[in-house]
Amino acid sequence: MDSHFAPAYTQKLLQSLKSSKIYTDLQNAAQGEVAKTNIRVSELKKGVQTGLSSSGWEKKLRNVIFQYLQTHPLSSYPVSTPTDHIKEPLAYLRKAQQAWEKRILKSLNSMCTELNIPLARKRPEKEQKDLLSRWTELGTDGPDLSQIRPVYAPKDFLEVIMCLQNPNYNASDSTGTYTLWGLVQLPLKLNDINKLRILYSDMAINQCQTGVDDSSEIPPEMFDSDRVKLGKKVIAADHGPISQEYSKKGCPMSLRASIWSQILGIELDEFDTLYYEQLKSNVIAHDLLVDSLLYKDVKLTATNDDQYFVFEDFLYQILLPFTRDTEVLKHFSRNSATPPKSYIRGKLGVEDYAVIYPPNGVIPFHGFAMYVAPLCYLYKEPVKLYYVFREIYSRYFFRLHSISSHPQGIVCLSLLFETLLQTHEPALFFHLKSVGCQPLKIAFKWLVRAFSGYLSSDQVLLLWDRILAYNSLEILPVLAVAIFSFRKTNLVKVQSYNAAEAVLADLTTLQVIPLIQLSLFSK
Amino acid sequence: MSKVNRVPGYMQSKNARNRGPIGDREIRYKCSMQNTILDVLRARPGWQEVAGPNVTPVQQPPGQKGVTSAGTTGKDKTSGTTYTTSGSSSGNRTSNQSTLPSNQTSTGTISTKTSDGDWDFYWCDREWLHANYDTMFLQEHQKILHFRNHYELTRKNLMVKNLKRLRKQTERELGKKEAESFDFFPTTYELPSEYHIFVEEFKKSPGIIWIMKPAAKSQGRGIFLFRKLKDITDWKKGEYQPLTDPNREVPETYVVQRYIENPYLIGGRKFDIRVYVLVVSYNPLKVWLYRSGFARFSNSRFSLDSIEDAYVHLTNVAVQKTAPDYDPDKGCKWATQQLRQYLTAKHGSDAAQEVFQGIDNIIIKSLQSVQKIIINDKHCFEMYGYDVLLDGNLKPWLIEINASPSLTASGKDDYDLKYGVLNDVLNVLDLENRLTGKEKRVGGFDLIWDDGAVLADDGSMECSVNGMSATPNSFLGCHSERKKQLREIYTAAQALKKTVATS
Repeated sequence: MDSHFAPAYTQKLLQSLKSSKIYTDLQNAAQGEVAKTNIRVSELKKGVQTGLSSSGWEKKLRNVIFQYLQTHPLSSYPVSTPTDHIKEPLAYLRKAQQAWEKRILKSLNSMCTELNIPLARKRPEKEQKDLLSRWTELGTDGPDLSQIRPVYAPKDFLEVIMCLQNPNYNASDSTGTYTLWGLVQLPLKLNDINKLRILYSDMAINQCQTGVDDSSEIPPEMFDSDRVKLGKKVIAADHGPISQEYSKKGCPMSLRASIWSQILGIELDEFDTLYYEQLKSNVIAHDLLVDSLLYKDVKLTATNDDQYFVFEDFLYQILLPFTRDTEVLKHFSRNSATPPKSYIRGKLGVEDYAVIYPPNGVIPFHGFAMYVAPLCYLYKEPVKLYYVFREIYSRYFFRLHSISSHPQGIVCLSLLFETLLQTHEPALFFHLKSVGCQPLKIAFKWLVRAFSGYLSSDQVLLLWDRILAYNSLEILPVLAVAIFSFRKTNLVKVQSYNAAEAVLADLTTLQVIPLIQLSLFSK
Repeated sequence: MSKVNRVPGYMQSKNARNRGPIGDREIRYKCSMQNTILDVLRARPGWQEVAGPNVTPVQQPPGQKGVTSAGTTGKDKTSGTTYTTSGSSSGNRTSNQSTLPSNQTSTGTISTKTSDGDWDFYWCDREWLHANYDTMFLQEHQKILHFRNHYELTRKNLMVKNLKRLRKQTERELGKKEAESFDFFPTTYELPSEYHIFVEEFKKSPGIIWIMKPAAKSQGRGIFLFRKLKDITDWKKGEYQPLTDPNREVPETYVVQRYIENPYLIGGRKFDIRVYVLVVSYNPLKVWLYRSGFARFSNSRFSLDSIEDAYVHLTNVAVQKTAPDYDPDKGCKWATQQLRQYLTAKHGSDAAQEVFQGIDNIIIKSLQSVQKIIINDKHCFEMYGYDVLLDGNLKPWLIEINASPSLTASGKDDYDLKYGVLNDVLNVLDLENRLTGKEKRVGGFDLIWDDGAVLADDGSMECSVNGMSATPNSFLGCHSERKKQLREIYTAAQALKKTVATS
């Protein structure tokens, strides 16, 4: 196994640092230090170092390295491993993902032909002006969407995952040893409950948590005041790892925006604003079919949601530029998915005429807008909101809709959900299975959307606190299991899928942190 | 010991129909509304509806349709009845109508005489109270909604007049600084009586936007915005004319108000906040504030370019409902909790705290402004719906106060909210006598004023530093686990009563 100090890893880190902005900034700062009169030539190196550290540059450098470590996990493969193998080591899952991508693309293309609309077109001058003038109220006068339908919904995706088979097992033997109770039939390595307990040990019941102990029923002197005080100190320290550690016990509502930007390393400068403006002008110049998909998605989800309808216009200001952002393509080096390509008319299949479509390589599905919606509670300026969303998406959420064997991928999360539920509530699982209601059929949509739109917004944010803090999505299946346990009394009485779904239809009253504690630590 | 273990009075036999205090019999109520409140009353254990013709509002001029309890209103309020459990009393109501014509001549006295002792609790409408209050004799225990002259606060012109008076008095007695705490209503004039002062003020600062509201109408009816004096000349021709023609009706009173041009926007939309306040006594002033409520969003995006578009500017649901693309499922409402969360996340908890303290101040100051004018009566209580607007600097402004806030639900959540509010009104009034009377919180209601500010029990043992320990007992927009809380206080009160009885 590789270590962070292995020469190969550090070399890559250094390479990445050299090509980033911090390198020139540091160089300039160092030159500034050298020019200071109180520096002695004999102690040049030491003097510059202390100067850089006292002027805050050392902390900045540390933060940049922290972000690199977060997003570049150690690789256990030799250097010469082919890239598609690094993206997804299991060939059969690689194939499945490719087949799935083909299907999405085909569906997208057939919608184009059916409705006779192009994938992309340049907007006429007049339309551009019009769009620019109502940029902040795009929700009022959207395009005609009656014909547009989502390319796929979590339900379709679940069907694909259900059909995944490991070719190394003999599938013909239906009563065989490897036929599992659940829907996911793949033998993948998972964290068991004990490992999860260790991973999430900061959430233990004997630890005070934001999301439990900050309730208005409890006097703030007991916990909340100190928690906020500590949080302010953390923000003042401006150091990613500290913020991440702090977030393990949840962020108070008033501090969350700052803590999250520190964990994600989002610090906006004028280049970032400029870049966002550039994306915006790209939106205005061209009309893409995915725009309509996103419009439709917002109308179907957020606009109809009591908690998020207010943010409709915000969502367009985030989602539309997101499709044009080629920076997002970088995450595909870690993603089992490959950005879809389209070809200029008449040149189908000719690589020279291929373009990635949409420019960010992400085709939205039904519910995609809900990845952004809870963030609208945190950031008022679209630019900040945009960068936070982009970072969260390309760190975590892309895994929730691509097929891979990654322990954070949706396949493993689904399997983890089924395994945990079988282990802890075997009677419940068996009952549901025998009345024709596989639990994953209900829980899958929660997982794909990271519970956004199902829980109340404050609870979603408390949950996402923990995703960022532990740098892991495994909390999602843990919560899903907890919800099934919590509603067990009613679930064991149901006799049909619809009845079970009705029991679990409304999750807005749930308090997620006590539930997670229940499922992780009570047994 | 047998005394201690007896069943509480409200749950005991229903045969005693004595007219005295409630004691050991059921609680008899009357209700002149068809919506949520009726559901609440019907669902309360030990409460029984009083039937009878007395409920009928009898003071209406013949030919006009009953606006209150007569069966006809059911049709007007269909949206509200979606959630009402259809009860048995509809039969009573239809029979009421047949009796209506016969006692129309001298109804006032007849109805009150028979009604005095028949009920313990009456959720009446303002018109009924107005017509019958002076001739009615109430028993010690009877409770009735509304105070005699509730309009001192709910008519927009009188509200401003009262506030201006208390502001002046405060300035005289306590100085300018203290009087500034009254700066929560925009410059307002009454029309037509103050038309000339208004024109003068108007000329001082040209170009700003003013809003005209009929003083006595609610739900956004008759409201319009203008920027130039000539925009109201049409209105003047129609309404504001010297009374030369004796056949003309007295012109309707309007208030003209400086329009708040920089409202706080969320997602580009304007909103106002509905706050529920229960006053159980004006002397001493005793005020309860409900934790939940809602923020109503306007359907369209806010911009000052289109002042003739009422939909942008008015957040009243009643107006919003007629917008062409109104989607009832969308509701356009946020729970106050949601809003508090949003403000906390965006501006920090201190700023959010300040906003809600500002709203407390509005509530207290406005009630104080009429404290000496309202005819206090221990039988009366009032549930107000305050409408508050935030401006861009997060300063709350009082828009208006309603004495009969809409109880018709626009959806499931709204219904649950209103059902909770009303149930807790009854819990605070405590006709069942289940509480000790010392509670600071009952369900979703917190006692914020009891002849003086009420402070929260903050649970800290030590005296806090720099003397400003005390946080007010006000939790607007905080979590409200009302059911749990009610269970707790009822158990506590019962235990307390037991110990008192045994000792």
